[in-house]
Amino acid sequence: MRPPQPEPMVTMRGITKSFPGVLANDHVDLDVRGGEVHALLGENGAGKSTLMKVLYGFYRADSGEIRLRGHPAHIRSPRDARELRIGMVFQNFTLIPGMTVAENIALFLPHLPALLDKGEIAARIQEVSRRYGLNVDPSAEVRQLSIGEQQKVEVLKLLLADAQVLILDEPTRVLAPHEIEALFQVFTNLRRDGYAVIFITHKLHEVLACADRITVMRRGRVAATLARGEATEGGLVSLMFGTVPAEPRFYRSAPAGETAAPLLELRQVSTRGEGASPSLHGIDLAILPGEIVGVAGVSGNGQRELGDVVLGLERCSRGTKRLFGHDATRWSVARIRASGLAYIPEDPLAMAVVPALTVRENMALGDTPKYARHGGFSMDWASVRTDIARTAERIALNLPPLEAVAGTLSGGNLQRVVIIREMARRPRLIIAFYPTRGLDVLSATATRELLLAARGEGAGVLLISEDLGELFALSDRLVVLYRGRIAGTFRPQQTTMNAVGFLMTGSPDAHAASG
Amino acid sequence: MQRAASPGVSLLRAGQGTAVGLLRFVVLFGPAFVVFAVVLLVAGKNPMKAYADIFSATLASGYGFSEVLVKMIPLLLTALAVAIPSRIWLINVGGEGQLYIGALFATWGALTLADLPRWALLPILGALGFVGGGLWAALSGVLRARGWVSETISTLLFNYVAILLVNFFVFGPLKDPESANYPQSAQFVPAATLPTFFGTRVHFGLVLAVLALVIYALVLSRTRWGLEMRAIGGNVEAARRSGIPIGWYIVVVMLVGGGMAGLAGMTEVSAIQGRLRPSLSPGYGFTGFLISWMAGGRPLGMVAAAVLLAIITAGGDILQMTQRLPGSVASILMALVLFAVLARRDRARGERAG
Repeated sequence: MRPPQPEPMVTMRGITKSFPGVLANDHVDLDVRGGEVHALLGENGAGKSTLMKVLYGFYRADSGEIRLRGHPAHIRSPRDARELRIGMVFQNFTLIPGMTVAENIALFLPHLPALLDKGEIAARIQEVSRRYGLNVDPSAEVRQLSIGEQQKVEVLKLLLADAQVLILDEPTRVLAPHEIEALFQVFTNLRRDGYAVIFITHKLHEVLACADRITVMRRGRVAATLARGEATEGGLVSLMFGTVPAEPRFYRSAPAGETAAPLLELRQVSTRGEGASPSLHGIDLAILPGEIVGVAGVSGNGQRELGDVVLGLERCSRGTKRLFGHDATRWSVARIRASGLAYIPEDPLAMAVVPALTVRENMALGDTPKYARHGGFSMDWASVRTDIARTAERIALNLPPLEAVAGTLSGGNLQRVVIIREMARRPRLIIAFYPTRGLDVLSATATRELLLAARGEGAGVLLISEDLGELFALSDRLVVLYRGRIAGTFRPQQTTMNAVGFLMTGSPDAHAASG
Repeated sequence: MQRAASPGVSLLRAGQGTAVGLLRFVVLFGPAFVVFAVVLLVAGKNPMKAYADIFSATLASGYGFSEVLVKMIPLLLTALAVAIPSRIWLINVGGEGQLYIGALFATWGALTLADLPRWALLPILGALGFVGGGLWAALSGVLRARGWVSETISTLLFNYVAILLVNFFVFGPLKDPESANYPQSAQFVPAATLPTFFGTRVHFGLVLAVLALVIYALVLSRTRWGLEMRAIGGNVEAARRSGIPIGWYIVVVMLVGGGMAGLAGMTEVSAIQGRLRPSLSPGYGFTGFLISWMAGGRPLGMVAAAVLLAIITAGGDILQMTQRLPGSVASILMALVLFAVLARRDRARGERAG
């Protein structure tokens, strides 16, 4: 146990970094001490990631100074940063799926000998993972690990490479509630040993749960740095946005029209999962007009497969699927989308957007038959633009620049592109995976509002989320998915988050065991 | 990974004629020609004389240049046969076989429909060539779309099948009864022969090739299908979830690509050979692959690469005659040019990564 050092481990002074058209960091000052967990809070595009990428040598600041333990540091590349014992876990992990945990970690180690002593590496992994609660099997292949376990491997990588400053870019984005708790426990252990942990987030309750100090960024500048004791939710929100937005409103479930014909009806649907993906078993699910059905579950329990079955991407090996009153068991994706289904996938960059195309072209991809003219020989770009602008205004989301190449946009902007594109089609049924993931508070609110508005107009929503608060606030009905089966169906007001959480982890009586 | 944006491409694309373009050309390909000069020296030949021969026989005379154009026709078409599927990451290495099957179909038409007037016969032969090569490639497309066989493997293997099939026909059913034991089809009637320009061997196939190239560029940039192809090429997963029928595209781009190679086969038998022979192509299909690959499938880049490789192909013939070198020396030079492009590309990639 080392006491927190008085000298800050990291000192950043006057960091300025601009990109064409954007001043991402404007004279930013930041101090991070050893033995503290430091949260960087701010909405999308506030400059948090940029600042950390400057520290990690991924970007070079236009001006400003970085000092490590009081000494000026010249960080020109991630390699320099690693030699100065700075490590970063990116949002998209950089592990090689076909290799084992130990091999992935070995690859990252400095001064890797020509002849590998795998036993020694595995022993070191086990020692470090035990110390910090990062338990993973060193001989497991990374492809078999859950997202949460992969994140542990990323952190282990940094620890074994002797990093002292650990930067995590939105580490909780992909984690289930109990995994988030475990991660915060890891933070606590690291703090105890004098590590400096910087984590980027825009979730207030996380900040208040685990950060020692909080730096709030707004539009490229530091709005304030607070100790946790000084911070309140309301205070942080006003620092993030400059004004205090209205209290988050309390969503009331609409009375379900039990008599109406369902928009979607799955009867005893099963799929055959390939490889690591789970299969669905005997799913019975119906969505009525004007109803939001929430799907709770730890990711990897069949959520993606459920969405794919409805979308028509995955075939039912058993059972039937009815959409809008028709047997749609064998319909193609194109036909199902044309019938009025919108699909907001879990990972827009991988599953919804073509990075090399512009925002405008990506928008048109949502409905190419509609925008094709002369039998497909040309595209009606004018009406694409009109539709986008109109929809963006209707659902109150900021429109990203149309001619920007999609691959250059931030995660939040990509999510907005996808939401606008899908809502432009005025869907009758919306499948939304983690729709507010990666969005700042205002955009997340707008997105929740638009789901509620769609419900108000009689559309059905299948909402897949790991944010239990969101599910409880929005859903009229809640199903819990565990290992490809529906483990329970509830009305939110008739259950508790704890009960659902236990079903999600497959231990209906775990609370009895754990006391 | 944006393969299309590599510097080798931009070089080929920068257009000839400008001083900068010429300089970059020398920097890029100079080493290849130097190494080839060493090869010639080892073979006991005078490299300066050899290069002078190649130059004077290709670019320096009107006739030589016309021969370069003649070679460019099948090269451009077979390059398109590779470029079109490559837009959605399909690797068609079967241009050679598709060319042969296109030639076989066209020959069958030329011999059985010989009585038709020229204005009717030639379009039919073109269509037959397209359909022949197209169906041959679509077979690989279906195998791939069903998830049974990689199109790279099947198109490669179908090359051998196609060439053997043509052999079977010229030794058997299509054999010219008048040519004793020589394996070749009967001579085409004049109505089955593509028109040529200005008394050279440059034939109407050039118009077809340029037209195909323009249509390729326009379809990709302007049409719904181009947008959907770029979507598939850019992110299959997103395209699939947008309802774009991937399997259908796989079959269609293979069919159209193979059709291009088939068209090349038709123009070769009709305008150049005048009959079907087993030695129809000196590997145009493979050289076309090289061209498409060097240019990253970009239309202007493919023209530039086709000029270069047509000169090398024609140069190989010249060296055979003037220097008594085996015809395969052209392959050595082609390989060296390929290495030059590869080296350039890898260096650029290294710079980006570092």
